[in-house]
Amino acid sequence: MVDTLAEPPPPLVQVRNLTMHFPVHGGLLQRRVGAIKAVDGVTFDIHRGETLGLVGESGCGKTTCGRAILRLYELTGGSVHIGGTNIAEATPDQLRKLRPAMQMVFQDPLASLNPRMTVASIIGEPLKEHTRLDKTERLARIHELMDQVGLNHDFANRYPHEFSGGQRQRIGIARALALNPQFIVCDEPIAALDVSIQAQVVNLLEDLQDRLGLTYLFISHDLSMVRHIADRVAVMYLGRIVELAPRESLYSDPRHPYTRALLSAVPEPDPVLAARRNRMILTGDVPSPAHPPEGCNFCTRCPQVMDICTTIDPEFREVEPGRFVACHLLTEPKNNQQGSLL
Amino acid sequence: MPDGVLPVLDVRDLTTVFHTRSGDLHAVNSVSFDLHAGELLGVVGESGSGKSVTMMALIGLLPSPPAVVRSGQVLFGGHDLLTVDKDTLRAIRGKRIGFVFQDPMTSLNPVFTVGFQIMEPLRKHMGLNKSAAWTRAAELLHLVGIPDATQRLKDYPHQFSGGMRQRVMIAMALACDPEVLIADEPTTALDVTIQAQILELIKALREKSGMAIIWITHDLGVIAGIADRVIVMYGGQVVEQAPVAELFANPRHPYTRALLKTVPSVHGQRAARLKVIEGQPPILRSAPDACVFLPRCAHGFGRCAAENPQRRAVGVGHDLACHWDGETEDG
Repeated sequence: MVDTLAEPPPPLVQVRNLTMHFPVHGGLLQRRVGAIKAVDGVTFDIHRGETLGLVGESGCGKTTCGRAILRLYELTGGSVHIGGTNIAEATPDQLRKLRPAMQMVFQDPLASLNPRMTVASIIGEPLKEHTRLDKTERLARIHELMDQVGLNHDFANRYPHEFSGGQRQRIGIARALALNPQFIVCDEPIAALDVSIQAQVVNLLEDLQDRLGLTYLFISHDLSMVRHIADRVAVMYLGRIVELAPRESLYSDPRHPYTRALLSAVPEPDPVLAARRNRMILTGDVPSPAHPPEGCNFCTRCPQVMDICTTIDPEFREVEPGRFVACHLLTEPKNNQQGSLL
Repeated sequence: MPDGVLPVLDVRDLTTVFHTRSGDLHAVNSVSFDLHAGELLGVVGESGSGKSVTMMALIGLLPSPPAVVRSGQVLFGGHDLLTVDKDTLRAIRGKRIGFVFQDPMTSLNPVFTVGFQIMEPLRKHMGLNKSAAWTRAAELLHLVGIPDATQRLKDYPHQFSGGMRQRVMIAMALACDPEVLIADEPTTALDVTIQAQILELIKALREKSGMAIIWITHDLGVIAGIADRVIVMYGGQVVEQAPVAELFANPRHPYTRALLKTVPSVHGQRAARLKVIEGQPPILRSAPDACVFLPRCAHGFGRCAAENPQRRAVGVGHDLACHWDGETEDG
């Protein structure tokens, strides 16, 4: 307030050129014969208190990206700074101290909760591991967390199977909140839930963000839900981010042909609008991340493909303040004549 | 609907109960609907609302036990599918009624080639010989938009991507030119760009063959783009039925209204906060004697607890099962 020209605070999460390749072994001696390029050079920031939506189709590497940021994998390359520390190079001891600040909510609440543990022991486990609370203090904190996510704490001694899908996801959220994290990766937290329950969980995540000042990476394939919850949105295709922009500009004026196709493929829950829309139907399937095409990753399906796209990989650059796009249509104005005719 | 035109499929008062260890489960409660030639009927509802079970019950695909069809009639081509003998049912299923299941990975047999699996109904139902069936199978694969169709017949399901597998399922269902195609969440497991391809394919195929389609989904967006008429299911019952434009413009049942409001849109207005339907869908341990939506309804009153509402007509082709008259506008 004193000095409006002061530098903006540094982003909480800084991801630079993150690369995650999984080896493919084959042949008689099971030698390494190739690599699945699940995440192939991804760069973005997440600011404090914001929600970055990460969208893309299945297999595009969005989940791998989210897990790699928390170093649930050993990275192939690149760096991830969370609150100033490079997670990619932290030693196991350092990492253990950092873990409480970064948490994850998983896609499938039934698979990510131990069926043999009660709700209280699930939520209490991180507390046991990372804090020195005694039994009564721990129970008080478990009850507080259950209240926060809207679970009745009379149910603390029940098992996950006794809860519905939405309630199970609340247990997963309570566990993620237990150590007062700053940053939470939400990996498709609503994908396994019914429509009417999705809205409950999304509202809960928003409330918690307001109350606790959380920063989210919200991974989803549901573009309409991401539009609701995210401040900025990154679109991934075949291991790369093709477009990153503030929510409203991305949805009202998508620049990358893939973003346009993706948005046009989302069914519109209004028959009048649906009939009026000009849908852009992509042909073909996503290529295999083990053998991505030469040049731009999207060139095999792009309706506006040019010669340059099949040879040179477009650079991911800022086309206007806050908007990043990797596409030759936008970065090569001289070659754009033929493109603009389409 | 014009008088005198008989529906291809007429389901009346279908009730199905599962006997489970923890007691009976009333999955389908007096469901009635009809389907006309060339029509695409959308069936929406959350998981557990009984939409899949209804369709499985009407073509006799539910294992019994635990499922028991308590009552009802399913009239198709002069037969009641619930009482016909097994051979007749088998001759109808797969030939005159095609079925596409939700998960293309688990509903294709991994140890047989795709070609063998598409040829199976052709040889069983149409009596084609091997080479004629092979040619027809290649045609079908080509029809659903798989490149190199003849080559790919020799491939196994795991060699296809999810979208391709779903196309194979559709090709199998279409093999014998069915009069009715029942598609149970055929695009739910697929990505949006692939879903858009499948939806276009279905629209084109329907125009070409004039078959009637039942499309089960929980995605209101898909329904808006593809259906002619919609039935909304909740707690094993049909709670509202209307032509698609009417349903979206003028939803009458509190559940339908709430459901339409919980869905965020990519193109329309962005709400500051999502509307929610509080509570959970019901688990029916006994036949419902009150309105099934009452515990989550904002408009419930005395009568709703005393009597399960019957469907009543409120407009042309529009009916709903609700006691509330809708006079007072909800928020």
